[in-house]
Amino acid sequence: MKKVVLTLGGLTCPSCLTKIKKSVEAVNGTGDIRVLFNSGKVKFTLAQGGGTVEEIRSNIEKMGYQVEGTREKEI
Amino acid sequence: MKKIQLFLTSHRTALVIILTVLIALAEFLHWLLPVSLPSELLMLVAGIIGVLPIALTAISSLQMKLVSIDVLVSLAVIGAFIIREFDEAAIVTWLFLLGDVLENLTLTKTRSAVKELTQMAPQTALVVTKDGKTKEVDVDLVDEGAIVQVKTGSQVPVDGVVIGGEGLVNESTITGESQPTQKKIGGKVYAGTLLENGLVTVRTTAVSEDTTFGKIIELVEESQDSKMKAQRFLDRFSTYYTPFVLVAALLVGLISRNLRLAITIMVLGCPGALVIGVPVSTVAGIGNGARRGILFKGSDVMDRLRRVDTIAFDKTGTLTVGHPQVEEIHVLRGQRQDILDHLVAIEHQSNHPLATAITSLPTVTNPLVTGLDVLNGQGLEATIEGQTYLVGNRRLIASFPKVLSRAGQSQEDRERLDHLVEEMAGRGNSIVIFARADGEELAVLGIRDLLRPDAAQALKELKKQGVRRLVMLTGDTKQTAKQIASELPIDEVKSGLLPQDKAAYIEAQKQAGHRIAFVGDGINDSIALSKADVAIAMGSGTDVALDVSDVVLVRSNLLNLSNALHLAKRTVMTMWENIGIALLTVLLLFIGLFAGYIEMASGMLIHELSILIVIFNAMRLLVIRGRKKESQSEN
Repeated sequence: MKKVVLTLGGLTCPSCLTKIKKSVEAVNGTGDIRVLFNSGKVKFTLAQGGGTVEEIRSNIEKMGYQVEGTREKEI
Repeated sequence: MKKIQLFLTSHRTALVIILTVLIALAEFLHWLLPVSLPSELLMLVAGIIGVLPIALTAISSLQMKLVSIDVLVSLAVIGAFIIREFDEAAIVTWLFLLGDVLENLTLTKTRSAVKELTQMAPQTALVVTKDGKTKEVDVDLVDEGAIVQVKTGSQVPVDGVVIGGEGLVNESTITGESQPTQKKIGGKVYAGTLLENGLVTVRTTAVSEDTTFGKIIELVEESQDSKMKAQRFLDRFSTYYTPFVLVAALLVGLISRNLRLAITIMVLGCPGALVIGVPVSTVAGIGNGARRGILFKGSDVMDRLRRVDTIAFDKTGTLTVGHPQVEEIHVLRGQRQDILDHLVAIEHQSNHPLATAITSLPTVTNPLVTGLDVLNGQGLEATIEGQTYLVGNRRLIASFPKVLSRAGQSQEDRERLDHLVEEMAGRGNSIVIFARADGEELAVLGIRDLLRPDAAQALKELKKQGVRRLVMLTGDTKQTAKQIASELPIDEVKSGLLPQDKAAYIEAQKQAGHRIAFVGDGINDSIALSKADVAIAMGSGTDVALDVSDVVLVRSNLLNLSNALHLAKRTVMTMWENIGIALLTVLLLFIGLFAGYIEMASGMLIHELSILIVIFNAMRLLVIRGRKKESQSEN
């Protein structure tokens, strides 16, 4: 199980939040997803054997949001 | 496509400028030339450029099965193209993108409070390697247990224990205490604090997010995003609202056979002000608080805080400073300075809670203590230069009758001592008696914890703001509690309470229908904090207290409590104002539309104006200031 934090550039609309949340949800093994509007961060946990952080990252970028940094930590 | 979209998002401002120029040029040509073709062409180009980023976002929304505003706007613009209203299409996209850029601009400003805090976090650490050299390493890569060196003037990068050297550390970022603290071997240091003087080596106990500072940052980040009733109401509202407008437009179009009317409904139905009004208020309100040292763990906390009718306070560390000090010294026999020198030397050997108050007294010599016995429940018996000294309570003195029987004055001395002890206890002091066993030296010290200087004013402010009852809960004796409370506008005092008694009191008040907030700082307060409707922790408090609390007063400034209440009331009020403004605008627009007063372009303009109004309304929250005293301490 990993705890992942993605830092996004420029979240502007509240509907972006729902969109990003849904796109993370769509990947296997993700849980406890929180999209923080004001700090521009996405926090979630990723279980082993599920999708990869890279996959999630590219999904978010596909929708037009820049992912400026990723941080992972085993828990 | 992904690249185009990223490009468009990051160049939104440039895009808006291009659109502005194109539209202005088109209007100018329209006025200058007898034919409308050139201006229409320009508007067409502007419309296409403008709709591109919106449509791309709309498509990605639809892929996530989300009918967002972008979908509505895209359809509306495409519709306008179909009915050959190119200038309308261009203006709609222009206003939409302009609103976006403006929103972003204000949000950057309101977001900066969080950013500032994040930037205060240490970035690198000087790790001591096995061969004794130091290496600069990113803090995230420092392991627990690693040895880290901190030099004068640099930030402590991790939470840890000092294992070598000593220094003065400014811990104001964590505790709000501006006086630097001396740290020696065995002392705890916190990430984000500043080593003002000295050189220390530290064994790491926690890094980055696990440090106290990291937790504070996380708390702030998450607090700004938690949702309150108004927000949840809106979330539900807008999920159904957009599809509803689309269906309404479709139905109106089908029935009236008027494509133009249907498209206008779609354009004017975009709920921009509604969606932005609440978050922008939260950001402004919480951002303002963060800047002044008030951390709200969420906007729902604001909603609960403004409804509170009773506030209960822990005494020690909350209403009082929390560091007991020697307030009175009465010498009955012997030389004052000799007594202090001996007393301080003895107390240096003790770990009694009151010892730190005594050891900070000024000394001249530093006599060597050769023997020390702890007499349970009575005090200490120590030997200095062959003499026996006693430090303790009245019972200790009673078991050494020689102290009071010197020169046959025992009756008189005993009465004098007893009288003094009683009087001093009445003033809220804890009593320490010092004596030489042969009675040559005898003194009584009164130690007490002082009220925070702003406590009385802070409590008065709370009353003024309409909090009905202020209660003090303490584990102290009735006498001490009453004495402290007598200087404050406190309505009720409960003394002699254990931690679980405090919690039970809170619970009982809730049962009785009160909405109660509890202000505390210690681990012993955490049960009561978790029971209260609103838990408020002093920033100097323990991790546990910070964890269970809803509001943290970072600088341990009590006046900030009334500021917090004021801010909470204003923020919640602003949210509902914004919801009102937004709903009213949409309602009026539709009435105007059906009455025939409003067209697409004028409606869109009013719409965007309403967005600006709610943003400016929320930004008023940014300029709320605290009480006079608070602003002084900030400058």
